[in-house]
Order: sequence, then structure tokens, then C-alpha cells
Amino acid sequence: MSILDLTAVELGKKIKEKEITVVEAAKAALEQIKALDGDIHGYVSYDEESALKRAEEVQKGMDDGTYTGPLAGVPMAVKDNICTKGYKTTCSSKILENFVPTYSAQAVENLIKEGVVFLGKTNMDEFAMGSTTETSAFGVTRNPWDLEKVPGGSSGGSAAAVAANECFMALGSDTGGSIRQPSSYCGVTGMKPTYGTVSRYGLIAYGSSLDQIGPIAKDVTDCAALLEVIASHDPKDSTSVELEDYHFTDALVDDVNGMKIGIPKDYFGEGLDAEVKEAVLAAAKKLEEKGAIVEEFDLGLVEYAIPAYYVIASAEASSNLSRFDGVKYGYRAKEYEGLHNMYKKTRSEGFGAEVKRRIMLGSFVLSSGYYDAYYLKALRTKALIKQEFDKAFAKYDVILGPAAPTTAPKLGDSLSDPIKMYLSDIYTISVNLSGLPGMSLPCGKDSNGMPIGLQIIGDCFKEKNVIRAAYAFEQTRTYEAPEIAKGGAR
Amino acid sequence: MSKQYEAVIGLEVHVELATKTKIFCGCSTEFGGAPNTHTCPVCTGMPGSLPVLNKQVVEYAAAVGLATNCEITQNCKFDRKNYFYPDNPQNYQISQLYLPICRNGKVEIEVEGQKKDVRIHEIHMEEDAGKLVHDPWTGDSLVDFNRSGVPLIEIVSEPDMRSAEEVIAYLEKLRLIIQYLGASDCKLQEGSMRADVNLSVREAGADKFGTRTEMKNLNSFKAISRAIEGEMNRQIDLIEAGEQVVQETRRWDDTKGASYAMRSKEDAQDYRYFPDPDLVPVEISDEWIAKIKEAQPEFRDEKKVRYKEEYDLPDYDIDIITGSKHLADLFEATIALGTEPKEVSNWLMGETMRLVNESNMDIDDVSFTPEHLAKLIEMIAKSEINRKVGKEVFEKIFKEDVDPAAYVEEYGLKSMNDEGALRKTIEEIVENNPKSVEDYKAGKKKAIGFLVGQTMKATQGKADPGIVNKILNEILAQI
Amino acid sequence: MANHIDDATIEYVGILAKLELSGEEKEQAKRDMESMLDYVDKLNELDTSQAEPMSHVFPIHNVFREDVVKNGDGSKECLANAPEEQDHSFVVPKTIV
Ligand SMILES: [Mg+2]
Ligand SMILES: [Zn+2]
Repeated sequence: MSILDLTAVELGKKIKEKEITVVEAAKAALEQIKALDGDIHGYVSYDEESALKRAEEVQKGMDDGTYTGPLAGVPMAVKDNICTKGYKTTCSSKILENFVPTYSAQAVENLIKEGVVFLGKTNMDEFAMGSTTETSAFGVTRNPWDLEKVPGGSSGGSAAAVAANECFMALGSDTGGSIRQPSSYCGVTGMKPTYGTVSRYGLIAYGSSLDQIGPIAKDVTDCAALLEVIASHDPKDSTSVELEDYHFTDALVDDVNGMKIGIPKDYFGEGLDAEVKEAVLAAAKKLEEKGAIVEEFDLGLVEYAIPAYYVIASAEASSNLSRFDGVKYGYRAKEYEGLHNMYKKTRSEGFGAEVKRRIMLGSFVLSSGYYDAYYLKALRTKALIKQEFDKAFAKYDVILGPAAPTTAPKLGDSLSDPIKMYLSDIYTISVNLSGLPGMSLPCGKDSNGMPIGLQIIGDCFKEKNVIRAAYAFEQTRTYEAPEIAKGGAR
Repeated sequence: MSKQYEAVIGLEVHVELATKTKIFCGCSTEFGGAPNTHTCPVCTGMPGSLPVLNKQVVEYAAAVGLATNCEITQNCKFDRKNYFYPDNPQNYQISQLYLPICRNGKVEIEVEGQKKDVRIHEIHMEEDAGKLVHDPWTGDSLVDFNRSGVPLIEIVSEPDMRSAEEVIAYLEKLRLIIQYLGASDCKLQEGSMRADVNLSVREAGADKFGTRTEMKNLNSFKAISRAIEGEMNRQIDLIEAGEQVVQETRRWDDTKGASYAMRSKEDAQDYRYFPDPDLVPVEISDEWIAKIKEAQPEFRDEKKVRYKEEYDLPDYDIDIITGSKHLADLFEATIALGTEPKEVSNWLMGETMRLVNESNMDIDDVSFTPEHLAKLIEMIAKSEINRKVGKEVFEKIFKEDVDPAAYVEEYGLKSMNDEGALRKTIEEIVENNPKSVEDYKAGKKKAIGFLVGQTMKATQGKADPGIVNKILNEILAQI
Repeated sequence: MANHIDDATIEYVGILAKLELSGEEKEQAKRDMESMLDYVDKLNELDTSQAEPMSHVFPIHNVFREDVVKNGDGSKECLANAPEEQDHSFVVPKTIV
């Protein structure tokens, strides 16, 4: 059994019990990165030297009792749109190629206090705009289960790195499914917390009203443990909510007896791959066998979530990304004539096609004469979608469905048709619009051996219901890593 | 020009609030400082940074709204105003469009005895921009974000003003209300109060508005008056020549006495306002409003009435003293020390104003303490010094805020009130000036003035002129 | 396609967004925006007249800071990533013509 096969919590325990040193753990992960990341490219950058230095410090800190948490000493990766002080944070964009933040995101600060070891920053769709990690300015990430397939996105680097054992856990961010969909494609477990649970301070904004940082790991236990560390009430984020209970790991109990689970019929219609459907319904069956009350219901408005999302997210993005102008940080065009030409050249050269597409759309829907018809219409639709979920959660503890309509598509397939790519987020996006917590965890494989993801959605601030249902289901199967992960460092 | 025209003027007044910190971060709002020293990730638009609202900004904005008879929007929100400019680090300004904190107010102004209301459309909260300095050597501009994020309120009036005089009266009125509240020092020269003028002209008596222009960069009352006259004439000339006034933003150049269009294809005036998702709504409860109301100070109009009733000062004095919150505070603080109100008023109206004018300073920069003025007045009342010495000492108080008692002691300026000693000195002077005595006796009563002058000289001005006169008269009567 | 984006609109949006597109990019952008707007027009099937526009999912309000200075000299950090710096300031092309 290799160190790399351990989950984050298992590793943390062994480090605490002095069976494994922090440096050994970090070295194992770094060797794996060196062996595999040329193919997978989950990382935009990693820093062996500083990771090992940090590992030594953390070991000392554990020996002297500074670090006592369950994840102390565990090597991890951070999505490259989350600020890390003194360490390049690029959003996988040329425009931030050389940006070194002078502060860390609050979630990262929390992890530093816990005593984790940072390996590097993971690849993503540029500014989190995409569902395949193909829009990165620094090259695509490949799916560890099949290198010809996409890992999903936008947190594709984090999901691939976890699946390939290139780290023990990772941070992702989820605006329309960017944690859950790649987790599903890569056969790992990822969670988008309720909006306001994890501070957005230091997360480079895409769609501010939808963005949340969340964990990606090998299992539900790791996700719960990681969420417990990163969740906090942050006075620096006005939308951060103070919770009564941050003990998410308390919900790791194998008991769903009497739990009410709703299956939205609308998630199982046209467009859903038959094998995915079968695997998800089989998972529901398993929970039913464990005593859960499973019931089908009509969710409604499912098809309106994506258009509403693209209006809202693009509008916010057009404003959020206007700060990248070549004045204060990041890329500046080499040749220009005057101020406005400098802006235009910098941004046109610095942003990729998908980012420009969304900035243009966002600027248009907010522009004079269109605001009511597009932006306000989308916000009203959002209110109606939220109402649909409110109705559902009046009846059910959790909602269960697929995380994505298919398993991972081939590289290049979605890029040619943006709307097709957007459709891969059909089951995840409404969760962001409604601020809900949602988790994706593996529930089987298709006939090509590609992982299928099960999505469990909870009511706002009811992460514990989601974790409990996910944990109970997880007990019915064993974690499987892709073949490539096993060929790495022993 | 055969037709009569009138100007229709509305104002957008920006006021920097007197908070210690910026509107959305914990950086100091203090003036000066090397470039970019009062900055943090929030006020420089760093990626990942987020704004958190300064509560004091809401309190000041609501207080100004209440003092200008506005309705308070009990659920107000912030919106983003999107435009690219280097002094605007996020390339959007956080402001309020859809639900500004105050609406539908009015203030009363008075011009040449005529009273009228100027209605306030709204007051909203927003952040200030940074500063751009042009470097003539390199041809580039330099950006300093020290002012970026300093809280502003923008007071938007209805187009209710018809002349430069009304505009100045309105601005004066706002300035005093805001100063009295302590919400800002409202200094136009320093930019803590700034006005943009929206102006159109129409034939007098017409009820339709003409096309308006907006003028920016007005940093004194004089510049505002000149800009209004200038823009009015420019528009009238255009109309008379059968041309169209173009709706545009113009920049007033006060040294050239002319305005220039700030037109550029790149400046589409389409700000794409939308609610800022990083900030949550502000709910202002009835209780909160009541608390802010309760904390409101006595404003100028109320003070004027009270000063008349309680102190019976002349209207002119009351007008001057209440015309500056600082002066009124100084006046009241001095009285509070037990000093006679009329006496205090005399010193403020007389010597203080004289010295202010002489040194060409702002009345708000008068910096002596009420204790020292009170003490001075007391010393004169007790004849410890005479009035003339008093004026001399006051100049020192005005300039350096010296303690009058200590100063008089140090320079030996105490009055010579010892009649015995004074009589001896005067007897000597009378003896040494027989010619003057002769003149006096011959009926030239004026000659006594010379003898008084000699006495004052001999006593270095410290003698009480009243006592000197009395003794001299006695001595001369005996001769 | 129901939506038609003309050259002037793409030019205008480019000014708002500060993006300069080549001829070919412009054509692509027109097509992309048209198809996105057609897609978004699906929302018109919905009667939303009874719904208030929802910008925040939770009814949180009154999140404030106290008016206390927390930050010191931030010039070094704020200029650390500046593409061009002079006199502790960011350098930009001349702003006043
Ligand atoms: Mg304004
Ligand atoms: Zn700041």
C-alpha cells in the first residue's frame, strides 16, 4: 500500500501517529506530480522546494503541538483563482501570468493555521469560465481515466490532481458546477457549500453572487474535514454568513433511516445518458434499501437555469474583470497609442476567446436599453427557481440526481459549440442560482470505464444532510483510483 | 439680443465625509501622505478583495438627508457604475442608482431678501476616485490611490436654480448644514466639496427646458459664478445664431474663463449600473432614524433665533457668527466659560475678523482656544490690562494661542493702577511741560491730550487712560 | 436566428468592454452573441411578472465595519505587481488631452 493511496484524513492520522512524516508525504505527492503531470497537467505551477520547506516546518509544528487538526501535514493543491500570498495566482490567464498576490484568501489562511502543506496551484478554465479546463491559457488538463478526455471544469486541474494522486485533496471553486462536474468526470468527491459558508475574500471573482470555494477530495470524509477547516465567518466578506455549527464531520454517520430523498423527474429526461441515469437511480435504490424514503417529484424550471445563469454570471463577470486593465498588475500590451488603446490591446491580448465572449455578452445585457429585458429578467427567473427549491425542501431532506448528463467528453468536442458545453452544467447551475449546497461523488462507471457522478443537493446551510446521505451511500462501494495513479511513485 | 433668457440650473454636489476610514476598507482618509501609502487590496482593486461598508458613512449620509428634509430609503442598496479610467481601480465605482439612501428633500435659500426652496432629488453614497498627476517630463500620468475609496455623498438637486447667486446661496446653505452636522469640512479649494453644474437656457417664462450641459472642475464659488455666466452666454449665443446646444459634459478652465467639451468616442456614457453583489442591502429602521435625528445639532436657523433671544446680539453679528460652525462653536464655548456674550461677540466681530481678513485666511482655520479669549476678556474687565494692551495680547492669542495671563506677566504689560505712583509720574510730566499747562489754562483744552500721551508713553501704555485723565484733571485744577 | 447583432453593436460593446476585435473575431463574436441571445430568449417563455429581481439569495443586511483605521502604509504591497511604476505611483498613458 502506497502513501498515495491514503485519503487525506487517513494520512493525517498516520502522520499524527508518527507512522509517516510530513516530508515523506509531501515527497510522495511531489514524485507523483513529476511522474504524471507532464501527461495530465493538473498543475499550472508547483514548487518542490517551498513545499518541502513547509513540510519540515509543519512537522516541527506537529511535534511541538502547534498543529493538532486532522488535516495537519497533509499535502494539497489550490485552484489557481484563489490568492496565495507570495505565490503566483494566474486564473490560468495570460493577463495574470505574473501576478503574485500580497495576501492569501481567507480559506487559505484557515488552511495555513490547520498546518496543511501546499504543493502548487491547479489548472482551470480561464477565470473559471468553461466546463472542460480547455480554455486555460496554459494548456489543457487531461482526464486521468482517459487522457483523450476532458477532466471537466472549471476546477478540472484540482479534480484531475486528486484523481491522479498528485495531491491528497484540493480547493476548487464552483460558480455553475465547477467543483461538482469535474469531480464527477474524474471520479472524485467535491462539494459546493452553501453560498456564504466559505469566505470569498481572496477568490478572484467570476460571478460574485454565485462563486463559492469548496473541497475536492477522494471521499466524503475528506470533503467534510476540509470544509470544516475552510468554512468560517469572515468580516472581510460582507456575504459571509456566521453559522451556528461548523462541525460538518459530525454528519459522517452511516444512517439514512427515515431520511426523505426527492428525485426530480426533470433531471432524468431528454439529454441524460442512459448509463448515467441507470447508475444514479441505482444509487437512489441503495439509499432506499438503507431506510431512506425515496420519492420522485416535479422540480420545474430546470431548463431556464442555464440561460438565467449565463446572463447573471456574464454580467457580473464583465464588471469583475474590468479591473484587469494593465495599470495595477498583470499583463500590459507592449505597444499601444494612448490610454484607451492600451486598455483595449492589453485586454484583447490578455484574455482568451471564452472570457472575451462572456465579457461581451455581459456588457451587452447590462447596456442601456437591455438591462430590464435581460438582466432583471434573469434575476426574476432566479427568484422563481429558488422558490422551486424551497418547495422541494419543504418535503425532502435532500435532492438526488446526476451531476452531469454524460461522462467526460473527448478533448475538443465541446469547444466548437459553446452552448453544448454550457449544457453539461444543466444539473449543477440551478444549485448556484439558489445558493444551495451540493456534492458530487462517484456512483459507478460507464461502459467505457469513465466515472459517473451522483449529485446530492441540500437546503441552504443543511450541509450535514448532504454529507450524511453521501457518506451512507459511499459505504456501499469502495474508492477506485484510475490506473495511471497506481503507476506513479510507490 | 432682443429676447430675454433665463438659466435653468441643477447641481450635483459631491461632499467628502469626515470619517476616519474609507468607505469600504480600514485605510485612513487623512490628507497628504506619500503616494499610495493609504492603500490596501480593497481600495486599489486587487483581485479577490471585497468591500465592507463603513457604518459611519450611512450615519452621516442619513444625517445630511434628515437635515435637508429628505425621505430616508429604509432599504437602500449599492450599485456598480462601470467605466474605465485609471483613477478608478476596479474600473467601476461603487455608488447608488436604484435605491439611494435619501430622496425628495428641499432646502430654503434666500437671495436679496427673496426666499425660495431648492428641491433635492436624491442623496447617494459612493466612493471617491484616486488622483492623477500629469508628468510633463515623461508625458505620462501617475496614479495615486490615497483618495480612492474616501466616502462621498452626492447631493443631486432638481433644476430649481435660475442664477449664479441662487447657486451660491444653495451651496452655502448645504455647506453650513453639513458643517454643523460635522459630516464634512466642505472646503471647495481642497476638494472636500465639489459641484458639477447642469445648465440649460430658455426664453424667460417658457416652461420647456432647453438642452443642458454638465460642467465639471469647479473648485471655488468664484469659478462657479464665472462658469455659470460663461456657459449661459455660450448657450444663448448658440441659440441666437440658430444653432443647437449639444448635451455633453464640459470642463471649465477657470484661468482661461472658458469651458471645453470632454468628448471622446471611447467614453460611451453607458454605465451599465447593476446591484453590487459584494455588498448587502442597508436597512435603516425607524429606531435608527430616530437616533440619528436625536443626535442632530442645533442648525444655523435655530441658532439665529436663539442668539437674538438669549444674547440680544445685532442681526449682523449673528449672521457672521452663525455663518461658520467653527465661529459659532468658539462663541458658545467662550460664553460657557462665564464670559459676557456681547463682549465675546465684539472680539469675534472686531479683532478676529480684522486679523482673518488681514492674513487672508479661512474663518474655519482660526485656531485659538475659547479659554484664552475668555481669560483676556476677564483681565480687561478687571482692569488688569487696558483695552489697548488687550488688543496687542489678542493678536498674540490669535496667532499663537498664547495664554494671556502668562504673556502679560512675561512682558510686564499689567496696568499701572496704583494711583499714588501714577500721580507722582503725572506730577513730573506736568512740571516738565509748562508750555502745555499754559496752553490748557489759556483755554486750549486739547493740550490735555498731549499730557495724557506723555503719561502713557512714560508708563509704556500700561496706565489706565481713565485714571490718567482723572488725576491730570485734578492736578491741573489745582494749578 | 431571431437576434441580429450588427457591426455598430459589436463596435459599441467593444468600447464598453474595452476589447478590440479583429475583423474575423468580430464576425465570430456577432454569431456567438446572436446564438447566446437566442438561447437566453427562452426566458421569455416564463411569466416572471410576479417575481422580484433577486440579487442576493439570502435576506442578509446591515453588514458593517466600524470606522477604525486598521491599515498602515500599503504602498509597497499595492505597487508590487505594477507593470510600470514611478514615484511610488502607477504609470499610465497621458489621461488629459
Ligand atoms: Mg457621482
Ligand atoms: Zn484601503
